[in-house]
Amino acid sequence: MSILESKIPAGALAEKWNIHKAAIKVVSPANKRKLEIIVVGTGLGGASAAASLAELGYKVKSFCYQDSPRRAHSIAAQGGINAAKNYQNDNDSVYRLFYDTIKGGDYRSREANVYRLAEVSPNIIDQCVAQGVPFGREYGGLLGNRSFGGVLVSRTFYARGQTGQQLLIGAYQALNRQISKGNVEIHSRSEMLDVIKIDGKARGIIVRDLVTGEIKRHGAHAVVVATGGYGNVFFLSTNAMGSNGSAAWQCYKKGAFMSNPCFVQIHPTCIPVHGDQQSKLTLMSESLRNDGRIWVPRKKEDAEKLQKGEISANDIPEDDRDFYLERRYPSYGNLVPRDVASRAAKERCDAGYGVNSEGKAVFLDFKYSIERLGKDVITARYGNLFQMYEKITDVNPYKNPMMIYPAIHYSMGGTWVDYNLMTSVPGLYSIGEANFSDHGANRLGASALMQGLADGYFVLPYTIGDYLADEIMTPKIDTNAPEFEDAEKEVTERLNKLFNIKGTKTVDHFHKKLGHVMWEYVGMARNKEGLEKAIAEIQQIRTDFWNDVKIPGEMSNLNPELEKASRIADFFDIGELMARDALDRNESCGGHFREESVTEDGEAKRDDEKFTYVSCWEYKGEGEKPELHKEDLVFENVKLTQRSYK
Amino acid sequence: MADKILKKLKIKVWRQNNASAKGKFETYPIENVSTGSSFLEMMDILNNDLIEKGIDPIAYDHDCREGICGTCSLYINGRPHGPDTEVTTCQLHMRKFKDGETIVIEPWRAAAFPVIKDLIVDRTAFEKILQAGGFVSVNTGGVPDANSIPIAYEDAEESMDAASCIGCGACVAACKNSSAMLFVSAKVSHLAKLPQGKVEAKKRARNMVSKMDELGFGGCTNTQACEAECPKSISITNIARLNREYLVARMSE
Repeated sequence: MSILESKIPAGALAEKWNIHKAAIKVVSPANKRKLEIIVVGTGLGGASAAASLAELGYKVKSFCYQDSPRRAHSIAAQGGINAAKNYQNDNDSVYRLFYDTIKGGDYRSREANVYRLAEVSPNIIDQCVAQGVPFGREYGGLLGNRSFGGVLVSRTFYARGQTGQQLLIGAYQALNRQISKGNVEIHSRSEMLDVIKIDGKARGIIVRDLVTGEIKRHGAHAVVVATGGYGNVFFLSTNAMGSNGSAAWQCYKKGAFMSNPCFVQIHPTCIPVHGDQQSKLTLMSESLRNDGRIWVPRKKEDAEKLQKGEISANDIPEDDRDFYLERRYPSYGNLVPRDVASRAAKERCDAGYGVNSEGKAVFLDFKYSIERLGKDVITARYGNLFQMYEKITDVNPYKNPMMIYPAIHYSMGGTWVDYNLMTSVPGLYSIGEANFSDHGANRLGASALMQGLADGYFVLPYTIGDYLADEIMTPKIDTNAPEFEDAEKEVTERLNKLFNIKGTKTVDHFHKKLGHVMWEYVGMARNKEGLEKAIAEIQQIRTDFWNDVKIPGEMSNLNPELEKASRIADFFDIGELMARDALDRNESCGGHFREESVTEDGEAKRDDEKFTYVSCWEYKGEGEKPELHKEDLVFENVKLTQRSYK
Repeated sequence: MADKILKKLKIKVWRQNNASAKGKFETYPIENVSTGSSFLEMMDILNNDLIEKGIDPIAYDHDCREGICGTCSLYINGRPHGPDTEVTTCQLHMRKFKDGETIVIEPWRAAAFPVIKDLIVDRTAFEKILQAGGFVSVNTGGVPDANSIPIAYEDAEESMDAASCIGCGACVAACKNSSAMLFVSAKVSHLAKLPQGKVEAKKRARNMVSKMDELGFGGCTNTQACEAECPKSISITNIARLNREYLVARMSE
């Protein structure tokens, strides 16, 4: 057996999780009280895990960099959460959700993990309702559903345009209840800067108190990382300003493999970039594609006039509008998956049909649905999104079509985990967006919330017991152990080194440069030459950063520039690994588009012969090339087909 | 609409190095800001200038920049989240300001929200209030099917209205008494309007109100400033509902 032991149980697909649960060990209540678990991150994955583990009786320590667990970036998810409830009687099922997710991910995820996700999805909705999540309802009092990209059924539950916020409040309430009972110790404004391994096992973390600058040690019998994705490597993304890949990167440096890092999702419906003063991109929910029609002008001269501001969208007659998604993909139309919609927008804009001054936007038009359904219905469905759009752009979307463009949104890649969600370091777990496991090369809309909560509520609380059952004789972890001392020293030295460069350029200067290289060469379309160039350029920017970055303020005080510098130092390494991974994967699949691998009509072309594997990168030391291991993906239940939404 | 450039602005901002330091206002000039920039992008540009000049940049709280996480918290020209309605500071745009204007920025001012640095305040008091009862006491697992209890559309909608609270603290900052009644009432209403939360409604109201009082928030005198400044338009009718729940709770003691 290779070093990649996925621990996928034998048996029929639909029985695997049951078989596994029956086989894994359980810790007695008396022993749970003696076992400590660290959970880093308080989004849907982290908060649900910390609360559920504490309810079971474990002693939990929870950490977040924000001032409150409630602010983790799961809150920004707008549209909804999928679950195979089949409440709409439209022939949905666990199998169909599983199949849609596998296909949507372009056959680059594990069958067993995805099936389990679909299987526990109905429990999530039950749990959230019991917690008081105010999901949207029909007049009869039952739960409402909407449909989302890449599927033909309505299985998405929603709470207006704030589904992520409401689900996180549910998990946060559960977490607060455990804090009040003394079962969870909460550490906000605390950032994990290293993970401690003793005798090969994860035994704690080093954190920086972001208020005082103090470096602190925390020990535990197991460590769970639920720190989200690394989309901010692109500088401009829909991620929160503080979202970062550093916790996952520290795990990588301690031996946890990083899988499929090149798989990042580019979301098709974001507000386009304006000028060069922007720090952040804003997402408009994918649910808008249910009722909005996407188009650009059919005639290039119209597009040019739009770009110059000489005409507006409403001046273009019906026949001169190109509803390119409906044209290219008649069966899914505006509801094609995100990767397909993003690439199609880029294709039109690159061909000169973009509709804003930069030529980098397409229209998302509600005129037709307002005519069909009336303004009130559209307001009820999307009122807060329309209001947000108008506040940001000063354009009224009831009267003029929205302008949208793709932006970096989600990381499908992440830390490698086995079926138990344990990384290649014993006792170190990774859940939610931070791991790689469920979304393959492309995530379907409304599935991130589902995965975060599935992992935290219904998977990890079972699987972690299998490991901890063998740890019941391990006493409380001694944070005076030399491993803690060394790690603390290393973290302090690294921060001192950064702080003492005293160069001339701000952290953002380097971050923008990195983001530019990433978007240009490791963004929506990639090729060998560009990726090689990206690696060389990233290495150069990293060298410049370590020679010339300027960090003001004090080490022992709240210092946002120091926080950013520490995260960006890791982003250089993450970006480089993404480029390496993209270079290795000479096929187009999901969000990863290699220009060398396309079909005759310009669609992404997978190469199942060569690339039906999960890439697993092993850290080999500072400045050394990482080693690539491959976990072959075995498909016993679905047939691999070229994905078609036509 | 087409963006313009604000050629010159003055930013008068509260500087305070840490919780125990004495704070004071400083004024910094800033040039060439697009009206299409968000307020926080303007802050980023200003901070960049300050760093280049060797001045410690202004610390302020922010994260999602999509108006939903509730982290940002600036008191701008005398109003929480600045001169616009139904927005957080991160969604406030520079088109709301005039060229040549002096913009005054302060942290939330409330005894229960001590300043940590510059414009960043400590809102742990909100956490403590929620920990005192802002939840439904159910464990993970073993819950009934989500559709087993129908909930009237209107009740679900009213619950959602209250649940929209993002916990930013603008209500406290807007209130002359620094009362947290809108915040507390939003949580109490969110849960009390649903059958799942109704079970513990009385106890919840009692515990959260007494925790609020203990933490040094002021009383409510019905000025309605909180509702006016709430970025999510949480209604003060929630306060009436909280008062009712609280009264019933006290009477049944």
